[in-house]
Amino acid sequence: MTVWLAIAALAALAFSGGRLLAASGACRSTVGMVERIDALLPQTQCGRCGYAGCLPYAEAIARGEALINQCPPGGEATIRALAELLGEEVLPLDPAFGATAPPQVVIIDESLCIGCVKCIQACPVDAIIGAPKQMHTVIAAACTGCELCIPPCPVDCIATVPLPTAIGEWKWPRPEPAPA
Amino acid sequence: MAAPGTGAGVNRMAWPFRGGVRLSRHKEHVAGKPSRELPLPPRLVYPLRAHIGLPATPAVRVGQRVLKGECIATPPSYVSQAVHAATSGTVVEISSQPVAHASGMPDTCIVIEPDGEDRAVDRWPALDYESEAPAVLQARIVEAGIIGMGGAGFPSHVKIREGMSQAVAVLIINGVECEPYVSCDDCVIRERPAQVVAGARILKRAVQAQACIIAIEEDMSEAGDALLPFLDADITLARVPAIYPAGAEKQLIVALTGIEVPTRGLPIQAGFIMQNVATTFAVYDAVAAGHPLTSRMVTVAGGVAEAANMWARLGTPVSHLIDACGGAPSNARLVIGGPMMGTAVHDERVPVGKTTNCVLAMTEVAASAPVMPCIRCGECVERCPVGLQPQALYEFARARDWDSAQDWRLFDCIECGVCAYVCPSRLPLVHYYRYAKSEIESLERADHTAAELRERFQARRQRLSRAETERMGDAVDQVVRPQREQPQADKSSATNALRAEVAAAVARGRTRRRTLRSSPGGPSPPDPEAKPE
Repeated sequence: MTVWLAIAALAALAFSGGRLLAASGACRSTVGMVERIDALLPQTQCGRCGYAGCLPYAEAIARGEALINQCPPGGEATIRALAELLGEEVLPLDPAFGATAPPQVVIIDESLCIGCVKCIQACPVDAIIGAPKQMHTVIAAACTGCELCIPPCPVDCIATVPLPTAIGEWKWPRPEPAPA
Repeated sequence: MAAPGTGAGVNRMAWPFRGGVRLSRHKEHVAGKPSRELPLPPRLVYPLRAHIGLPATPAVRVGQRVLKGECIATPPSYVSQAVHAATSGTVVEISSQPVAHASGMPDTCIVIEPDGEDRAVDRWPALDYESEAPAVLQARIVEAGIIGMGGAGFPSHVKIREGMSQAVAVLIINGVECEPYVSCDDCVIRERPAQVVAGARILKRAVQAQACIIAIEEDMSEAGDALLPFLDADITLARVPAIYPAGAEKQLIVALTGIEVPTRGLPIQAGFIMQNVATTFAVYDAVAAGHPLTSRMVTVAGGVAEAANMWARLGTPVSHLIDACGGAPSNARLVIGGPMMGTAVHDERVPVGKTTNCVLAMTEVAASAPVMPCIRCGECVERCPVGLQPQALYEFARARDWDSAQDWRLFDCIECGVCAYVCPSRLPLVHYYRYAKSEIESLERADHTAAELRERFQARRQRLSRAETERMGDAVDQVVRPQREQPQADKSSATNALRAEVAAAVARGRTRRRTLRSSPGGPSPPDPEAKPE
């Protein structure tokens, strides 16, 4: 009888220990979790995840509403970082939300711009400056390439421009792998 | 912190630095030979971006005629450098040109076509370093565009300014040329010993160092002999065994004084300032002779027909140097710098810069044995002069574990190449560390950008909610104020009903806009208050 009691006690201990381990990743609803999740997101504010910006997506993750693999600009690196923060499994990027694209900005063709301010209202980071009936222009340094300004433009004068790597930002390539 | 030795003494290295490796010297070809002058090249190319700091701003236009020594680019900030023309001629282009960068990417350069007359601007007045204030000496060094010519390219005036404001125990003039083939500093000391020592005195005065040591390698005997007549109690000579990389800044400080500069720290924090021999000569040339930095000694060696040290004007394409040495085989690989730490370049049009100490035409490349797995032999650990764990850093870099790589002091690595040299499996270790460092730096830049974008996003959110609140307030005011102002007024029920309808319509419109705006991904609906096009 004592043996069965001992086994039961150990099993209970092991079970609760296992539950503790499983919960060792931070719980999604922990205080301050939204900021910690937002700190890992790329801040492109493109809305491809289905939420109006990175902070709303972070809030949705914290609420348990969204999965961690919905951010194409963040890509694999962001998914891995989120998985580590939350103690969850790494998931592959969900293709339904888009593919990871190379860095880009947008540019306004000034010969076509009519000064309607629709793109200015659409930009999630206020990277376009201008006023009604005045020329609009994109601050390239503040542009995330999210493309939210392109659909509202009535004269279709906004185009994407791939961002070439400047010599000061060049990275050494990864060496060829050694045989395992 | 006692300075070793006093008087015109010659000291041997007292504290061996850890690790390092003895390499074949490959300097016999140029040993004892005098330096050579070069004929004017057909064009001179000046990159605006130096190794460290912001790119210089052009001070000339295309088509402008310039004189030798004329300033053609100015530093836009404290950590930057001025650029001067090395001969008279015309600015033909300010454009993208091949430069000696590991990426192989071109960069913006000022291109000058010499006119063959070599006319110069007037020299600056000679400064008497013993009576001038250190700040005046520093200003002259800024004007002359002097940066660290030993390879790092750190703007010299920044180092000296730090030395002016902090106590400097020892100024070390680094003539420890530890890389194989490279002998340009040896040549400068042999041919201009008085000027090198004068430059050391100027620097010692500028930073008010308590002591000054000129350090050379043991086997640079001619150089040592040339210096001796000019030394005294203020400036002493130290000979250091020829172990690579004894010439590295922190390793040389350990070798001369036994003091270790802290991790990620600067020598000035331990009371040391180090300047390369070529830099010291350039300081003399600027302060006492009144010339800006426009030329330097360059070793041309390897598979060239006749290896030599040459006085090269800055901006000279390296092809010109190689041709002057009798050319090199077409399959030679070009390296700017030494064989251990140099940069491979694939375009012989790249110009000689202020940090170009050597041009190698490598024909004897080590037989390419295949790369094999790490066998944990520990050679790299024993030999690392910084005391790192190269095999651990290699594993972290391979696994993309940037946090661990930094914990194990990845950024203390000086990329000397000793670990890769001794590795029996021929692992490209330094390549892995450079890959890891640039990935980490790129992530830091991305984080910095993300923080700025986050701020902009938050600011816009607040701006919109403020506008929303104001609009609600205005709408309410429009309805409520008239009621408040005429509380006793006898209003017709029709006016009241109209007002109520208007208020309801405004509220409906607001709600609709808010709903549409917060729906995922879509663009903002048109603002009914905006003027129609």
